[in-house]
Amino acid sequence: MSIWRQLSRGLRTLTNRRLADQDVADEVESYLAQAAEELEANGMSPDEARRTVRLQLGNATIVREQVRSYGWENVVSACVSDLRYAARRLRYNPGFTAVCVLTLAVGIGANSAIFSVINGILLKPLPYHNPDELIDLLHTAPGVKFPDANPAPFLYFTYREQGRTFQSVGLYAQTSGQVRGLAEPEEAQYLGVTAEILPMLGVEPELGRWFSEKDDTPGSPPTMVLMQGWWEKRFGGDRSVIGRQVTVDGTSRQIIGVMPARFRFLDTNPAFLIPMQFDRNKAILGEFGIPGMARLKPGATIEQASADITRMIPIALHSFPPSPGLTVKVFEDVRLAPKLRSLKQLLVGDIGKTLWVLMGTLGFVLLIACANVANLLLVRAEGRHHELAIRAALGASRRHIVRELLTESVVLGLLGGALGLGLAYGALRILVAMAPAQLPRLHEISIDPAVVVFTFAAAMLAGVSFGAIPAIRYAGARTSTALRSGGRTSSQSRERHRANNALVVVQVALALVLLIGSGLMIRTFQTLRLVDPGFDPKDALTMRITIPPTAVKDPEAVMRLEQGILENIRAIPGVTSAGITTVVPTEASTGARQVYARDKVYRSVPPLRRLKFISPGLLTSMRNRLIAGRDFTWSDTYERHPVAMVSENLARELWGDPRSGIGKQINANPKDLWREVIGVVQDEREDGVQLEAPAVAYYPLLMDDFDGQKFGVMRSVSYIVRSNRVGSRSLISDVQHAALSVSATLPLGTVRTLQEIYDKSFARAAFTLVMLAIAGAMALLIGLVGIYGVISYSVSRRLREIGIRTALGARPQEVARLFVARGLVLALIGVGCGLAGAVALTRLLVSLLFNVSPLDPLTYTAASLGLLIAAVFATFMPTLRAMGIDPIEALRVE
Amino acid sequence: MDDANTDVIQGTLDMLILKTLSLGPMHGFGIARRIEQISQGVFKINPGSLLTALQRLERGGWLDGEWCVTENSRRAKVYKLTRAGKRQLNDQTVDWSRRVSAISRLLKTEA
Repeated sequence: MSIWRQLSRGLRTLTNRRLADQDVADEVESYLAQAAEELEANGMSPDEARRTVRLQLGNATIVREQVRSYGWENVVSACVSDLRYAARRLRYNPGFTAVCVLTLAVGIGANSAIFSVINGILLKPLPYHNPDELIDLLHTAPGVKFPDANPAPFLYFTYREQGRTFQSVGLYAQTSGQVRGLAEPEEAQYLGVTAEILPMLGVEPELGRWFSEKDDTPGSPPTMVLMQGWWEKRFGGDRSVIGRQVTVDGTSRQIIGVMPARFRFLDTNPAFLIPMQFDRNKAILGEFGIPGMARLKPGATIEQASADITRMIPIALHSFPPSPGLTVKVFEDVRLAPKLRSLKQLLVGDIGKTLWVLMGTLGFVLLIACANVANLLLVRAEGRHHELAIRAALGASRRHIVRELLTESVVLGLLGGALGLGLAYGALRILVAMAPAQLPRLHEISIDPAVVVFTFAAAMLAGVSFGAIPAIRYAGARTSTALRSGGRTSSQSRERHRANNALVVVQVALALVLLIGSGLMIRTFQTLRLVDPGFDPKDALTMRITIPPTAVKDPEAVMRLEQGILENIRAIPGVTSAGITTVVPTEASTGARQVYARDKVYRSVPPLRRLKFISPGLLTSMRNRLIAGRDFTWSDTYERHPVAMVSENLARELWGDPRSGIGKQINANPKDLWREVIGVVQDEREDGVQLEAPAVAYYPLLMDDFDGQKFGVMRSVSYIVRSNRVGSRSLISDVQHAALSVSATLPLGTVRTLQEIYDKSFARAAFTLVMLAIAGAMALLIGLVGIYGVISYSVSRRLREIGIRTALGARPQEVARLFVARGLVLALIGVGCGLAGAVALTRLLVSLLFNVSPLDPLTYTAASLGLLIAAVFATFMPTLRAMGIDPIEALRVE
Repeated sequence: MDDANTDVIQGTLDMLILKTLSLGPMHGFGIARRIEQISQGVFKINPGSLLTALQRLERGGWLDGEWCVTENSRRAKVYKLTRAGKRQLNDQTVDWSRRVSAISRLLKTEA
């Protein structure tokens, strides 16, 4: 039988139901008429003939019903009429419907929202050509205790020339620099890339072209490709920009292309891109720290690529000369090895764990919501018990009743889902607007078809699962008992009690698990706040300035300029102290070098340490405590005294006691001048409070003979300004003015507060905390409504019983005890189950916690007690009603 | 005779309808009558099942139904066999005889 025919006929019937019905009715009528006619021909009277036909063949309506029920279209129309019936019943019960739909909307909406976040961040492929082939060229250097090391130009050339598993290899680096040749000078973030990077990502430029191999060759005319945002901001989207010249850090560059708006380079937001123009002839061993990516050949795996790189590293080490003063042996001791990962992994990082924990949490909230709605439906079905029994007695099949009850709950589920999708949309708008730090790929989070399908599935599943409980319970109701007991039940059946109770226990248990989860996050947050970061983030500003060699060539003149700005800033009213540094806490650091101590013998390379170049007074303005010795002075700086400072943990590691570090000598390279340690500085958690403080070596900004360089100065520095006026607009403009009055042509970076930067390091914990707290609060609220609902329903069902008890002399307190005890027992069982669940589940939180045990007794006790108190309260409100019952009124009810 | 089973053997109604219509176009009541006559009252046709079966066969493309006026000037839906219907009847008949002979062989061997 052809499906097409089935479909078209069925559709025809559906679209013109009346005509189809008429057809069937006519045919039945004509059949019966002919039968009667035949009987009449045999001599019966017309009336008698009709009666006989009806007796023998059945009445026309029944025959018609039987014939009509054929075909798929009838299943459809049965569903439609069920739907219509369900809709009508829900409409006549607006309170019940609203409570159910809202509860579900919150539960489903929360899940849709977190699913869209997971979908946008973790599931969607990166917006590049064949993104699965893209990898991050990360390395590791255990020999110098550097777990994550980015590649270097010499590795790039080796991999490009000798790699067997790559289609292409490229490096990129984000820097900032000053742009001239436009209306006003600007300090802009931009990206240096090798020629392979853009073709590797495969996003075509909107105007012009990508960099060619030639553009990336040293000596070629300098070029640049604009990003859409900057092109629109600075050129007003002018399509004739191609060919124009812009000066970047003193080099005039020709614009050769504009990238489309949809192109984003990982999570960076550069203004434009320039070719890096690495010179193969000048490449040396060293110069690490430039991120790289590669496109694997189709079918090649990350393991094969790692093997390939492991093979090439020794080749690379013997193909290029080592940096001045070092030997190849030094680089072999670094024990460089590949630590490749997908590009997506680089972008997404370890946020996945947090998100899955949140998804699980919100799944719990949905479960609690479903349990609540199931409970309400049970109560309602109880009220309809009588009606359902009558319908069963009149011949409604069990299947029919189940279908009808399920239709109603699925309609509730879908309504909840639709509203939930709206809530999720709103929640995502808020989330994206808040742009929590450390949430990568934020711009890719949206309500897309996958999210809609997810929501629909969640709504259907929820509808079927909470609808199944009353459907199973009542569809098979034994007609006779149900009808006999009539409306005058004096108390509920034990069986029904059990279902309600189980649901309440489940709700309480789930809510407790969530409360404990959010409690643990609160404790984590507290502990984080108590950690001494080693500096004071309050009341301090920071601003970055770069002085390129094209502006001022002589290092000492640069130092004088930087000091001039500093003195101007210090002179601003309300500024208590100010200093210059190359590293602002929790921001990317300027790099790392070895620290050699003169009194030690080295058989292999010592580990890399953080570097910090600072001005006199910086420690005061950061409020870094000096453990021993003294700060740098300006004469140390200008006369280039061979001095240094070390962090407390570095001093302890090298010489045991931090104080004994004073007077020792260190340098970054055994060939350099030895520098005397004049101060030991308190540890500073510059990577964020939750991470251990790194070991740091401090040097002056202006130095002779450092790391192979004769005479040098730090040209890109940050000012730290401490003032009680932080937060006022006027201070920011005063600071900018202080810089501009020294050199009007200096472009300034944005002025930010240290607090703002410091708070970013809490962002992950804060985000998780807020989300868990919201989930916990929702769970608690829904759970309490559940307890309240069950007790208050049980009060209303037992009015007669209470009336009798009171009439027989029971005191209100005794009546109250009846209900409060029941609520408490339920809550206690729930808390017991919840504690067991929490012990099992909070282990998943470990990676998100900081110095807090997942079994923290304080949290467990507080959450359990809080929940119990709230539960007693929820029980008490309906109980009050029971206590105030007038026995005469109560006995008259029903 | 009242107690005797007059139900059509399960699954054979379609075949009986097709066979009856292979003798010529006919309306529902006519088909029922004809089956009852030829089976000499062994099978009695329930109009509900018959009309449902007619719908099913028409939907399957084995019958064509059309409203006509009968000899005693009454409107009735007259069905006739399509080419696909003839093929279907042939298939079903072959299948049926195969099964009937198998059953009767089984019944005989017992004796």
